[in-house]
Amino acid sequence: MFAALVAGIAVPSTALADETADQDAPKVDLVLDVSGSMRARDIDGDSRMAAAKQAFNEVLDATPEEVRLGIRTLGADYPGDDRKKGCEDTAQLYPVGPLNRTEAKTAVATLTPTGWTPIGPALLEAADDLEGGNGSKRIVLISDGEDTCAPLDPCEVAREIAAKGIGLTIDTLGLVPNAKMRVQLSCIAEATGGTYTSVEHTDELTDRVNQLVDRAADPVVVPKAVDGADACAKAPALESGLYTDREEFGQQRWYRVDVLPGWELRASVSVAADRRVGPSYGLSLRAVTASGREIVRGEATGNGRTDVISTGLRYPKAELEDVDDDTDLKGAGETVCLQVTHSFSPADGVKTTPGLPLELTIDVVEGPDAASDVASFGLGRGWWLLGVLVLAGFLGGLLWGWLSRWRIAVWRTN
Amino acid sequence: MWISSVLRTRRAAAGAVTAGLFLLLGGTASPSVADSSPSAGPSDDGDAPTEAGTSFRTATEIEQGRKATAGASTGDYLYWSFPADSGQRPTVRAKVKLPDAARSSSTWQIDVYDGLRRRQACQYGAQTRTAGTDAGSVDLSCTLRTVRAWSEPWANDPLPGTYYVRLTVTDLETADLGLPVDTEVRVDSKDAGGSAAVDGSLAEPLVPGVAMATDEEDEDDSDSSTAVLSSLEPDDGWASGWWSDRWVWTAVGGVLAALAGVGGYALTRGPGRPSRVPPPSS
Repeated sequence: MFAALVAGIAVPSTALADETADQDAPKVDLVLDVSGSMRARDIDGDSRMAAAKQAFNEVLDATPEEVRLGIRTLGADYPGDDRKKGCEDTAQLYPVGPLNRTEAKTAVATLTPTGWTPIGPALLEAADDLEGGNGSKRIVLISDGEDTCAPLDPCEVAREIAAKGIGLTIDTLGLVPNAKMRVQLSCIAEATGGTYTSVEHTDELTDRVNQLVDRAADPVVVPKAVDGADACAKAPALESGLYTDREEFGQQRWYRVDVLPGWELRASVSVAADRRVGPSYGLSLRAVTASGREIVRGEATGNGRTDVISTGLRYPKAELEDVDDDTDLKGAGETVCLQVTHSFSPADGVKTTPGLPLELTIDVVEGPDAASDVASFGLGRGWWLLGVLVLAGFLGGLLWGWLSRWRIAVWRTN
Repeated sequence: MWISSVLRTRRAAAGAVTAGLFLLLGGTASPSVADSSPSAGPSDDGDAPTEAGTSFRTATEIEQGRKATAGASTGDYLYWSFPADSGQRPTVRAKVKLPDAARSSSTWQIDVYDGLRRRQACQYGAQTRTAGTDAGSVDLSCTLRTVRAWSEPWANDPLPGTYYVRLTVTDLETADLGLPVDTEVRVDSKDAGGSAAVDGSLAEPLVPGVAMATDEEDEDDSDSSTAVLSSLEPDDGWASGWWSDRWVWTAVGGVLAALAGVGGYALTRGPGRPSRVPPPSS
């Protein structure tokens, strides 16, 4: 029996363990704006370019060994007025790979502020730079002006990159930003679950980029992409693990999990708001039997600014009464359908595709639980308990005494 | 002769009552003594985390009773996670040092989620606070309900496991977006003792990824660089959940009941003893 249990534990969930065990090195691509406006001398009395160079030198020194770091520039080469050409101006300054600090620093030193600000194309190229491997991927975008290459909205570019499911985060830093730039850069960050920072001083820039590179170096569980269906019958079967999916507005996502008797299903789901959404929103996760009966649900509602809304549920499946053989257990597994619906509404003028990113954690653990009483082991506590017990004991003693006296009296008279 | 025997019984009874009460008081007192420093972590914050995560998945793990700090930008969503065990009532306190350059007021909020990422209600504490333009810092706090060892699957009572703290600004002018802030988070908990001891227990604490973690332990002795969703445990491991001071109360109650029974019995034998019965010969 014990061996069977151990085997049972090992069965449902090796997929993720294997994935994380041999994770590739984290990759970071620093994307630096080298457009003409970087000449402005307004960071600690020095030019923005000088500040960026100084920060890069310090970051390159502090980069952890395991991080594969690359540098990409935008607007570094084409000084002319041709918009089309200017908007294609992005180049890989230092390829993503094991870092040679001296070479990278030399490459950075050659940069002079030149051209346009093609953020969108640069992000697309940077995503290509980072392609491959299952480690964490991060783009750090440092810019001092909004994108000058409309209609390609860099914010939508970022969302599309994130939707590719390669687990990429974009962090943005704005050098001496104005309002429009703040909105655009924070939109890019929001679209991928990254962060936005305004920079007014060189040391802020250094600290923040260092922090972001260090974050990339932290090992993190990489979720597995899965494609939920619109009905339970067609839903993909999941085991214990971490999954991602996309769910459009007004859509339902279904997944299936097999739960053996005596095991407990734990599911949590979070849907991220990666674009501007309406102020009120909600999320529901329902566990439903194959025949459509609802077992348990998790609900969440929210208001105002948020990155994510999440909820979860657990479903302990009762143990079977008369089973002592593992083979019997196999057939007794129940298919639980998980339905995810969110009630985010898109803000005006926001693209609705791809859907919002959804993260699903499934844990199937052994041993359902049950309680036979409200209190621990049915034990009592408190002065009332003592009072009642003492009173009952006293009355019992009294009764016993009288009874025995009466018995003796009866015996005597006979 | 019977008088001396009754006396002896009485003395014994009195002794037993004293002992029982002593046991009772000692029994109830000892957990509370232990509770006065429930999360008595080391007071030095030398190796406390100085970073915060930015999502549930990347949440920085912190221990109870220890101050974690993180530098961030306004508008970031900062995540920490901490373990809480049954009988504890955690209080999360956060402090945000606002940027000097802030031009308008901002509203800050902490939210606490359990291991299933269900939002947990705060019993009291200033969970949301608006800071004016001239405020230097904001203090937030959230006291959760007492963590129970077990609850029905349909309830969202706090259960033993991982808890997530999310700190963010909920209302901010665009002009103040991305400014540097310093944040501090600290979780302390008070032990509720036996009054919160419920029956039943979870098979595994509500730790995300616990099914995967147990696998890995089975397969190979864990490689510390391997990423897991949550790895932190309480200082002394997860409580097995069988001990509570209810055992002491009930046991003492039983002893007192027995003594009261003896007392009651003795009373019927006392002055009202039939005079015809000859005293037992010694």
